[in-house]
Amino acid sequence: MNIHEFQGKALFRECGVPVVEGIHCTSVEQALAAYDDLGSKVVAVKSQIHAGGRGKGNLYDADSGNLVMEGGVKIALSREDVKTYASNILGRVLVTKQTGPDGKTVSNLYIESGCDIAHEYYLALLIDREAKTVLIMASTEGGMDIEEVAASTPELIHKVRVDANVGLLGFQRRDLGMALGLSGTALKSFMQTIGALYNFFVDNDCSMVEINPLVRSADDKIIALDAKIGFDDNADFRHKFREGLRDRSEEEDIEVRAKQAGLSYVKLDGDIGCLVNGAGLAMATMDVIKLYGGEPANFLDVGGGADEEQVMTAFSIILEDPNVKGILVNIFGGIMRCDIIARGVISATQALGLKVPLVVRLAGTNVDEGKRLLADSSLDIHPADSLGDGARLIVEMIGGET
Amino acid sequence: MSIWVREDARLLVQGITGKQGMFHAGKMVEYGTNIVGGCTPGKGGQSVTLEGREFPVWDSMNEAIKATDADASVIYVPPPFAAEAIMEAADAFDALKGDGVVVCITEGIPTLDMVKAVTYVENRPGVRLIGPNCPGIITPGDGGGCKIGIMPGHIHAKGRIGIVSKSGTLTYEAVAQTMSIGEGQSTCVGIGGDPVNGTGFIDCLSAFEDDAQTVAIVMIGEIGGTAEEDAAAWAEQNVTKPIVGFVAGATAPPGKRMGHAGAIISGGKGTAAEKIAAFEAAGIHVAQDPSEIGAVLLDALKNAGLRS
Repeated sequence: MNIHEFQGKALFRECGVPVVEGIHCTSVEQALAAYDDLGSKVVAVKSQIHAGGRGKGNLYDADSGNLVMEGGVKIALSREDVKTYASNILGRVLVTKQTGPDGKTVSNLYIESGCDIAHEYYLALLIDREAKTVLIMASTEGGMDIEEVAASTPELIHKVRVDANVGLLGFQRRDLGMALGLSGTALKSFMQTIGALYNFFVDNDCSMVEINPLVRSADDKIIALDAKIGFDDNADFRHKFREGLRDRSEEEDIEVRAKQAGLSYVKLDGDIGCLVNGAGLAMATMDVIKLYGGEPANFLDVGGGADEEQVMTAFSIILEDPNVKGILVNIFGGIMRCDIIARGVISATQALGLKVPLVVRLAGTNVDEGKRLLADSSLDIHPADSLGDGARLIVEMIGGET
Repeated sequence: MSIWVREDARLLVQGITGKQGMFHAGKMVEYGTNIVGGCTPGKGGQSVTLEGREFPVWDSMNEAIKATDADASVIYVPPPFAAEAIMEAADAFDALKGDGVVVCITEGIPTLDMVKAVTYVENRPGVRLIGPNCPGIITPGDGGGCKIGIMPGHIHAKGRIGIVSKSGTLTYEAVAQTMSIGEGQSTCVGIGGDPVNGTGFIDCLSAFEDDAQTVAIVMIGEIGGTAEEDAAAWAEQNVTKPIVGFVAGATAPPGKRMGHAGAIISGGKGTAAEKIAAFEAAGIHVAQDPSEIGAVLLDALKNAGLRS
């Protein structure tokens, strides 16, 4: 899961990562009160959504679709500015490079004291899958799109790989700071900050921490002016506090409900619903639908041990999507038995009064029994022997090209 | 020969007294796997009954390996305790035998736990970790064989195709595809769908290349990371046997996790298109549809003079 910048900065503050003062607001009145409380002439007015590129994003009116303001992060030089920016941001839809064209409605603001910036850096901590280590990436080119920096001037990105069983060592912190051209007070401050950040990353089971920009202030302090934090969901069980930071409005409601039912579901834009066991096979099923001229409506993995009821839930979730014109069920039974899936498919078809074409491909454990149940059901269920056959058939049935 | 596990490998089950452990241990015994006992801390001295036979339980892997001279262990331990179970097994195999195979089935282990566990195992070079979040490894035999994991044993048959895959059910699909053209398997390895795991594609390709029983390889990847690209580049230089490849996730949207913790396109990296291009550049025979793996494999075998 991801959290908002204002939540991340509160966590940073607790862990000794330097940040400037800021206040979370949800109304224009609160924003003005925050401005008064902070007592800083210059403040940053920052839209809070779970996506990057906020500064270069645009705000649109949700009803008219008209452009309201360019830039989701604004520097306010007066109380009047704060009022203008806050009213332009709250309740509006922010579209950035990372949100997709639909954008996200902004319900949270962060008002942050100004900072006298001498230089902007980029800093990220993440898991290096291939090297199986924690990777720290830093660059002097802060405030920019780091992918562009990586493509055009890769020599400006400095990397440190940390042995998680040893921890981040002093020389690694020093080397990285020196690679950024830091010395004296600033280097000392950097070493403290990066040490605190590494501990934060490990102690909280993060999957990613990105700070763009990390800044050197005019008085040589290293400060996190940004906080983009992702947590490893697998570690939720040992970080109960995370639940309190979760912003449900940032998640697809249907995906959350699927997860609660033990299903893994991702909504897509096509019109052929898929119900599959196993993540790899579920992806392959989507790919093959596309290969034969169709468009998948979703990714759905019912897992390895689904029962009749879960199959029923899976069907109802697929059918919530009004775009779905047909469904392809693709099961390779291992632990999961094809006869149980067949019973689930039959009850779901009956209970939900299924009106769209349904193709079912069964293979593996108890396949003959499963096929027999479907054939004997006298329901309009079309069998297929292979994934390819099943995909071609459903694409054809909904009138696509094969 | 097969790779890493012989047909008669002696296996311990970590978490044998749990629901999952006991269920799958039973299935493994039914298949013919030579299970020699299990380990559950606090339940040492007890025994479990599988398929009408009694199997001893020990408190620690150290005791269990001492008593049984096991070659391998399989882990069905819940996520909070799984990484420690891996390290316990690695430590005991290394100290007592100098080698061993540890297969971790558990899904949902925190990534940082795995970063630590994998580093720990790598410091014990005789020990091989397979997984986590995988179906396991199977070496089909002449009757039965060695099934370590959760895959359905009955779909396999002994043969000469090596299979390596990140995905469970897609591996079964590949197995069925080899069977559809009258080929069996030497060994099938599920390396798992987590971002950080033990054995990787290159380890498997290297072992299959050296294995006399294996004549061709099926390699199944999916979006996320660059393991497929790295393996393709390595294979081009080091593998002489034909390889058939499939990559899942061509239609996956960027930034969305597709079921597996590791299956995510992030920062534009890890796309299926890049992986398929790398496969093709390395001379790997790519199947666009998993139902065509059999046909592509048959062509590759014919081209190599291995089938007429």
